[in-house]
Amino acid sequence: MLEITDLTAEVGGKQILNGLTLTVKAGEVHAIMGPNGAGKSTLAYVLGGRPGYEVTGGSVRFNGLDLLDMEPHERAAAGLFLGFQYPVEIPGVSNLQFLREALNSQRKQRGEEPLTGGEFLKLARDKAALLKLDPEMLKRHVNVGFSGGEKKRAEMVQMGILDPKFAVLDETDSGLDIDALRVVGEGINAIMRSPDKGVLLITHYQRLLEVVRPDKVSILSAGRIVQTGGPDLALRLENEGYDAVMADA
Amino acid sequence: MPEAATLPTRREEAWRYSAVDRLQGVPLDNWRAIDLAAGETFRDTLVIADGAGTRPTELHRWRVSVGEGATCELFAVLASAEYARLEIEVTLHKGAHFELGGITVGGRETVREFVTRVVHAEPEATSNQTVRAVHWGRGTGNFLGNIDVVRDAQKTDAAQDFKGLLLEKGASVNAVPQLEIFADDVKCAHGASVGQLDETARFYMAARGLSPELARRLLVQAFLGDALVGLDDEALRETLMDTALAKVDANL
Repeated sequence: MLEITDLTAEVGGKQILNGLTLTVKAGEVHAIMGPNGAGKSTLAYVLGGRPGYEVTGGSVRFNGLDLLDMEPHERAAAGLFLGFQYPVEIPGVSNLQFLREALNSQRKQRGEEPLTGGEFLKLARDKAALLKLDPEMLKRHVNVGFSGGEKKRAEMVQMGILDPKFAVLDETDSGLDIDALRVVGEGINAIMRSPDKGVLLITHYQRLLEVVRPDKVSILSAGRIVQTGGPDLALRLENEGYDAVMADA
Repeated sequence: MPEAATLPTRREEAWRYSAVDRLQGVPLDNWRAIDLAAGETFRDTLVIADGAGTRPTELHRWRVSVGEGATCELFAVLASAEYARLEIEVTLHKGAHFELGGITVGGRETVREFVTRVVHAEPEATSNQTVRAVHWGRGTGNFLGNIDVVRDAQKTDAAQDFKGLLLEKGASVNAVPQLEIFADDVKCAHGASVGQLDETARFYMAARGLSPELARRLLVQAFLGDALVGLDDEALRETLMDTALAKVDANL
């Protein structure tokens, strides 16, 4: 579903990704763990197409498409969702307006009919309920005045509404308390656990992986995947630390 | 011609950023008088939009007197004419309120501006001015706002807020807030800032599937919306917003 081959990328003239190769098949949740500065967020932004993150080599195929050749909004319409580590505040734009415009913009790009106001509102309420987000918050401006946990929950509501084929979730668990972590993890399962969907889950902690059981775990270090294993690899990392596990590899 | 001798020049503070060369042949002494009796409530709007009736220079000079406890609300969108200027002189009597929500949008070489003088002549009056300017090309948006609080006008509460958004290199905005305060028990707030579209927000919106045009439209709409917050007529608010947004959409 997602095939990253020998990817190199730089930010501000500094090379961060150094020949990263990784494949995620449909139906898989693939967790990426790694020490600070390994390039985890850079990988997420490169996949999303953020300006300033320059690809210098390699390729990324997404369902047969050349992902790197597409504009960020085209990637979204093709079914890629990027969950932000720090969701952005947009004063003056309500969540409902933002998400309705976003969903209908995606549908238009795919040649589908737009949802009516009523259809969209029902969808938004359903997804908010799934993530236990107060539906009143959907009327508020995008992420403005939201706590860290509310922002991450709102990200997941966005994911539920947009219903992507593939999600890249960048430290979605950071800033969450234990209860919120469970809600968000179960949300990921409910929205993305499907034979025709895939998830790249970037995380620091084992705790989220107890809720969202990954099929594979990879360690990213110095811009490359240095080790890939099953869920037990995450446990070993938690117990022994990156240095010890990577020294064994 | 004697008329030419009386044309303002850019050396004068109130015309510093104006397209004074476009005033040739335009009557300058056409002041519209708005006199509000005590307790009266008044609202009016001015929309300068593209259309057959719009002249190359749109000069509007209003002199407003707001009686004791009366309220005057003015909302204006300057979205057309080579040079558009709304100049308002307001005198506030005891406990009166003045509200201004102003929007300028424009590109090419156009100049669009608000010039206000709000005189708090008696105690306990309040005023609130919010102006938003969105420009591109070599367009210019100005807000020259004077607030005068006379010696006896205690408990005055005056606020003035200007923000400019530049969509292209070459566009400019000018903000000149001037406060003269001779009373000691007053609240006067003013703020002015200028910036570009938030790149982080644009990427966030793109990552959710919004095209660059749609993202820009939403961000501009949100930015301009501040100027119309004080307008409680939703239909009118939408009309004003649509006029301003249509101008931006048609030109970028």
